[in-house]
Amino acid sequence: MIQSERMTVVRQAKIAHNIFELVLQGELVQDMTPGQFVHVKVSDTLEPLLRRPISIADVNKQDSQFTMIYRAEGRGTEVLSLAATGQKVDVLGPLGHGFPVEAVPTGGTALLVGGGIGVPPLHELSKQLNARGVRTIHVLGFQSENVTFYEEEFSKLGDTYYVTVDGTKGTKGFVTTLLDELKPEFDAFYCCGPLPMLKAMENAYPEKEGYLSFEERMGCGIGACFACVCQTTDQVEKDYVKVCSDGPVFPKGVVQL
Amino acid sequence: MSRINLELPGLSLKNPIMPASGCFGFGREYAQLYDLSKLGAIMIKATTLETRAGNPTPRVAETAAGMLNAIGLQNPGLEKVMNEELKFLEGYDVPIIANVAGTEVSDYVEVARQISTAPNVKALELNISCPNVKCGGIQFGTDPATAQELTAAVKAVSSVPVYVKLSPNVTNVVDIAKAVEAGGADGITMINTLVGMRLHEKTGKPVIANGTGGLSGPAVKPVAIRMVYDVYKAVEIPIIGMGGITNAQDVIDFMSAGASAVAVGTANFVDHFVCPNIIDALPAKLDELGVSHISEIIGRSHR
Repeated sequence: MIQSERMTVVRQAKIAHNIFELVLQGELVQDMTPGQFVHVKVSDTLEPLLRRPISIADVNKQDSQFTMIYRAEGRGTEVLSLAATGQKVDVLGPLGHGFPVEAVPTGGTALLVGGGIGVPPLHELSKQLNARGVRTIHVLGFQSENVTFYEEEFSKLGDTYYVTVDGTKGTKGFVTTLLDELKPEFDAFYCCGPLPMLKAMENAYPEKEGYLSFEERMGCGIGACFACVCQTTDQVEKDYVKVCSDGPVFPKGVVQL
Repeated sequence: MSRINLELPGLSLKNPIMPASGCFGFGREYAQLYDLSKLGAIMIKATTLETRAGNPTPRVAETAAGMLNAIGLQNPGLEKVMNEELKFLEGYDVPIIANVAGTEVSDYVEVARQISTAPNVKALELNISCPNVKCGGIQFGTDPATAQELTAAVKAVSSVPVYVKLSPNVTNVVDIAKAVEAGGADGITMINTLVGMRLHEKTGKPVIANGTGGLSGPAVKPVAIRMVYDVYKAVEIPIIGMGGITNAQDVIDFMSAGASAVAVGTANFVDHFVCPNIIDALPAKLDELGVSHISEIIGRSHR
């Protein structure tokens, strides 16, 4: 159920260049599933005005805490990066439909592919897949080493490979460069990252079951404003979907790329 | 006895607060958050004769204390709105104001004729002010003669009172207001968004795929207040005011300028509970002002 809550900052830390890890505590954590997101009001003033959609990187239901990892790149996220321990943050969520963890059977293998700030939601997904007895392979793409994060966390969960555009960490190039070499065996893939990455994954594995998480500029975050619509490949039954409320995760082939 | 109920043509309002068209879809999403029956009315998303796909994305961009949007009147079309969306809203005790849009006069007339027969549609809001579509919308609302003609044509077929939504993107909004009154409008809703543009910091190109978008949010409130103030002096028909309302004080400001009720737009995206919150805050506001009923403040800036 969607809730609006003033959540408490438990901890905030800078974990890479312009990348922040923020842990919040509150009741709405109990309803979270991997791949969903929250809509955050970063300031109590009218400036900046709109909320920021941010993905969920880790869920700890026992302590009613969740972690989000975000890039401070605009005014809103810069303001959020100043939130200190004990401070209250206005959060609406959890929102949208996340990754189906049951898509891979126990004993099977899942390929998790992420790009940049699309990597965080894969962490909670991997945790839950592992808890179901699914082996996970992580292929994580970044621009450069200085913006990479969570190497230890992902490595604990399964084989983890880094790819950087400038070659400063792991393989030089794009995730597909590494996947061409690696030729991994898996039952289904999950991908969250920029559109070209989603497209490349969809094209690379036409026979495989796959789930893609999308990002689009949002207004309301709940499906009312029609700002974040995407065209579907099936123009007969449904000609568009809303990233915020129908997604952000869609099975491969649903959204026109 | 309620201190905040109001009677407007076609509308018995429990309170003067209604979500503005385009900011509330057809109510389904907000119905997950609170009881829609609490609202004064709901202005549903613009409805056209046929399904509309809207504009390419990105469709929204943030600006200083505001936002730009260029959704492009995306909606499922008249038939689905009547059979599915309005039917869904029948489950709530709240009057619906149907926002009517089109490409030709005949589209407006047909949508108005049919949608005004829905049992819960108590008024129409004629959309002659959307800045984000190539045909239909704003060009009907920038020429007084055209605006008057369209109002009269819709009025002739509508089973319920007709309100006309005015654009701020004109040289003289009072001329348009007088024209729609002469065309038989029962009321005016104002203002729609202001045409604006934001450029991308790195590329220098417009952020919104459409190039321009409609500016809304607290940034436009002073413009809206001025326009409501001017139009109130020039027409006899009631005004539903909107433009940057985020709290009970904003409501008082609009009503002081001459609005008989208000609509809340962008603020619904920022605080999804803003409408019920404002409704709850109004009685205390009336106490502060020393008035017993909210109607007493309508147009007080002119007295």
